[in-house]
This record gives sequence, structure tokens and C-alpha cells, in this order.
Amino acid sequence: MIEARDLTKRYGDKLAVDHLSFTVEPGRVTGFLGPNGAGKSTTMRLILGLDRPHSGTATIGGQQYTDLVAPLRTVGALLEARAMHPGRSAYNHLLFLAQSQGLSRSRVDQVVALVGLTEVAHKRTGGFSLGMSQRVGIAAALLGNPQVLVLDEPVNGLDPEGILWIRNLMKQLASEGRTVFVSSHLMNEMAVTADHLIVIGRGKLLAETSTQEFIERSAEKYVLVRSPDVARLADLIAADGGKAEPQEEAGGNGKAAAVRVTSMDAPRIGEIAAAARIVLYELTPRLASLEEAYMELTADSLEYGAPGSPPPSPAGPPVTAAQAPATAQGGTE
Amino acid sequence: MTSASPPAPAARLGAPDAPAVSRAAGFGRLLLSEWTKIRSVRSTIWSLALLVVVTFGFTGLFTWLTILQWSKSDPTQRAQIMSDPVGTILGSGLEFGQLTICVLGVLVMSSEYSTGVIRASLLAVPRRIPMLVAKATVFAALVLIVGEIVTFPSFFIGAAVLHSHAPVSLSDPGVARAVFGAGLYLALLGLFALAIGGIIRHTAGAITAVIAFVLVLAPLTQLIPGKIGKYVHAYLPTEAGQLIGQAHQQANQVLSPWEGFGVFCLWTAVLLLIAGYLLKTRDA
Repeated sequence: MIEARDLTKRYGDKLAVDHLSFTVEPGRVTGFLGPNGAGKSTTMRLILGLDRPHSGTATIGGQQYTDLVAPLRTVGALLEARAMHPGRSAYNHLLFLAQSQGLSRSRVDQVVALVGLTEVAHKRTGGFSLGMSQRVGIAAALLGNPQVLVLDEPVNGLDPEGILWIRNLMKQLASEGRTVFVSSHLMNEMAVTADHLIVIGRGKLLAETSTQEFIERSAEKYVLVRSPDVARLADLIAADGGKAEPQEEAGGNGKAAAVRVTSMDAPRIGEIAAAARIVLYELTPRLASLEEAYMELTADSLEYGAPGSPPPSPAGPPVTAAQAPATAQGGTE
Repeated sequence: MTSASPPAPAARLGAPDAPAVSRAAGFGRLLLSEWTKIRSVRSTIWSLALLVVVTFGFTGLFTWLTILQWSKSDPTQRAQIMSDPVGTILGSGLEFGQLTICVLGVLVMSSEYSTGVIRASLLAVPRRIPMLVAKATVFAALVLIVGEIVTFPSFFIGAAVLHSHAPVSLSDPGVARAVFGAGLYLALLGLFALAIGGIIRHTAGAITAVIAFVLVLAPLTQLIPGKIGKYVHAYLPTEAGQLIGQAHQQANQVLSPWEGFGVFCLWTAVLLLIAGYLLKTRDA
């Protein structure tokens, strides 16, 4: 279990991590999400004792990282993939790490095989692709058979096969009861991997919740209704307590107009249409994608927004899911 | 371009294969780990090979030139060589050979930063200082061994060349200590450079700093006039440290060979302490 309590890290006068508190439970994959520059890597470095917090604590199983004896046997970490001497072989990189923890050479061979690098293990890492370097980093993280894994953007640079592999690996590690804490700025990647989400923006906690709850909480659900007589249907829906808004469609010429209906479910809309003998072409319950929910949540906290994006509001009101931490505690996985 | 074989379909992590460690047992493991780091990069092999070649080469060359110029050189210089042939021999080759140790010492530390390996190293040893101590120990031991392997043969090369005009034997007073001491000096110089590499953290900057100091700045202080200049020069780290490579204290020298070595030890210890303090307190 990883616990961050009131973690704060300041670089100059910029707050990289702002009184951040969260808990990463064992037995599930916890996604650590945030836009670039949100403070994900810094938070991980604080947990791993590479950076010192200005205030607050980060503990792993109740201990600070710097107090761990043979820490790689407790925590496996993958930070940036290229953190290797280009002139040293992958095998020797793993060997010096293993030796520092009292692990044997056969353990190095094991993890090398596990990540599929046996054939190139004795080659210098300078010639490795990003994906191969990433695998060496993952091998290093698994070296001590740790109960806790901290992975910073592990799918970076991996091909689809590699992405699938790391996804399954993380799920398997979690199913074995390990704590798996993985950062990403890609919501869709987390949607298929993580059971639980911690979302931060500008160093602050935005949400700590289960993935499912996160989608339901932050995304508006609606029903897409398409009909040749959509205007009359919209009036009937409004009269029955629903809300119908015209659906904006790009290049929708030739198609019948559509409306987005909220506050009313699809069967009821069907009944209303049938009662009024209105033909329906389409009646589709829609859930906003996770990516949309995430964009909505972090819109105010983008560190490097594109021109035209909403200006950052440091003291802005908390977004919808910001109340999530309080309620998420009760939800057991 | 090499490519990775397909990864194992499912992770078979296996069980950890060694019992839990105690801190006491830990240091031996760190020594082993640092030894693996040092031996597994080519810069180590190249630097040490260059040390051997450059030192032997320049020892032979300079002592030979000394003999060639013997009749034309001025008498005070001749007297100096005859009073301390071993200092002349060691000074001629190691003056350049030592630069390889300066470079390697800096690299051993700074390359951890330039490549990002420092993060992996500190994740493995989060208390940090034991890592620095292990690294310094392994590196100093390596340079000491290679240093002795270099200094004894270069003494014999130089002694053979000088034999006709300034005969010297290993059994002469102070000579064996001077030859062995030159190896000690190299090991300490390695630590000196390692500490500066740890303080500056940038390879190019640290190498420039060390070499500029050893080759330019320290000898230049000889030009400071009067007693102050003499003392400043005498107490500078490498100038003091090199005294160990002389058979005995010259009349115009402030420090004896061992005193000089002690001064260099102090300088190096202070720099290592600063490097350790910075390693402990700076974000990696």
C-alpha cells in the first residue's frame, strides 16, 4: 500500500505538487492520471525518495522509501526508460542492481526472459529502441519480485503487442495481491487497465475513485434520437419532463436531424414516439467516453493548454468529481 | 538493428531467491554492484589502458631526452636530477598519465548523472551515502592496483635509461616508498576527481575543472612571488600530493613527502564530504 499525506513539492516559486493526499491499495491497478506537467512524475519521485518533499510524507507499507533495506525487494519502479548507460549491456545494468540487493545472477536471467530480451541482453543498451529500453526498465522493476510497483508511463514507446503485454502484466501483478500504481496521461489506456483512478491537475487532487464511478460521475449520459419528425418529438419529450437539444453534426446532410435527450431513458422515449406514431431512425443510449470525462475534469488545470483553451483558474470551483475522494473510500473493490 | 523476441505470454515472476538482508551484509553487496558498474563500461578499460601506455611512453621519452640533453643542460638542473632521480622518472611519465585518472574519476560519478543511471542507483540505495562510499572504495582500489602496475615498471624503464648519468635503485633510501607512493597518489587523485564529478555533476565541466586545476592553475601558483606564493603552492592538493613521488624532501620544499600526501588526503576528504552532502540533499 502506498500512502501520500499532504505531499507538497515546490520548484522555485512553482508548486509542482500541492498538498496531495491519496492511498494506493493492493490488489488492484491504480491509474495515476493527469495532463502533462500535472505533477505525476514528481509525485512518484517523492514516493521513491528521489526528491524531497517540502512538507508531507509518502510511505510504502507504512515505511518511507529511504528506510527500506534492499528496497528493490519491496518496491519496483520504472521511471524514465532511458535511464541506462548506453555503453553498458542490459544484462550488466540488471546485474549491478541485483547485486546491490543481494539477488543472484539467475534472477537476472529470469527477468530478462520474462520481458523477452534474452537474445539482446548482452548487447549495449545504446542501440536499443525505446520499446526495448522500456522492457529493460520493466525487468529492473520486477527484479526483486516486489509487492509494490510504481510505473511511470510504462506503455510509452511500446508497440501494440508490447502495450497488450504490459497491460496484462499489470493486471496479473494486481491479481496476485500486489500494489500497482501506474501513471499515464492517456485516459483510454487507463480505462482498459486501471480498476481505480487518482486524477491530478496542477499538483492537486481532482478525483480519487473507481474507474467505473469516475465515468458515471463525470460524464453526462444521453440518448441520441434520430427521426424525420424530430421537432415534434422534441416537444413531446420536453412536455414529459425530458430535455432535448439539437445534436450538432458535421456533414449530416441527407440524414434526418437528431437530438440529444437527457433526463429521460431510451425506453420512455420509444414509448412516447410510438404513442404519437412518430418514426424513429435511431435511438441510442450514449455514455460520454472516458476521454471526454477526463478532458472535462482536467480542463481547468491544464499546465500547457492550446491557445483558445479555457484559461487556468487556480482558485476555480472544484469540478464535479472533486467530491469523489470522500465517497470513494466507502466503495470497496 | 536488433529486435526483441516476443515477451513471455504471462509473467512468471518466481520467488525471490535469497534471504532478507541486513545492513551490515549490505555493504559487501554494494561493493560488488559498484565493481560491476565500473568494469562494464568501456571508458574504464580505455582510460586505464591509456594510463599504462602514456605513462610508459612518456617515462621512456622524457628520460631519454634528458640523457640526450645532458651535456647541454644547466648544472643546477643536473644536480637536481642526480639528487632525486626517482622523482624525475615518476614526474616525467605520470605528469601526463595522471590526466587519464582525472578523466576516469570524473566520469565514474558524472556519467551516472548524464545517463540517468543515478536514479536506478539511488532507488537501489536510497540512503545514498553507502553508494558513494562503495563507489569510491572500488574505484580507489582499482586505480591503486593499476597504478602500482604502472609505476613500478615505469620506474625500471626510467632507471635503465638514466643509469649512465643518474643511477638509482629501488633499494636506495626513499625510492621504494616514492614508487609505491606514486601509485597511492594516482588512487587519491582518482578520488579527488570523483568527488569533483559528484559536486559538478556535468562531465565536461568537471573534467575541465580538474584538468585545468592539475595542469594549469596549481603549477601557475609557483609564480606568486615571495613566501606566500611558496606556501600557497605547497598546500595545493595535487602539488602537495605529488611530493610522495620524491625520494626525500628538497631543501626548498615546505612539506615532506608524507606531509604532502597528508595534505592531499585532507583536500580529497573535504571534497568527498561535500560531494556526499550534496548527494544526500539534492534531488536526483
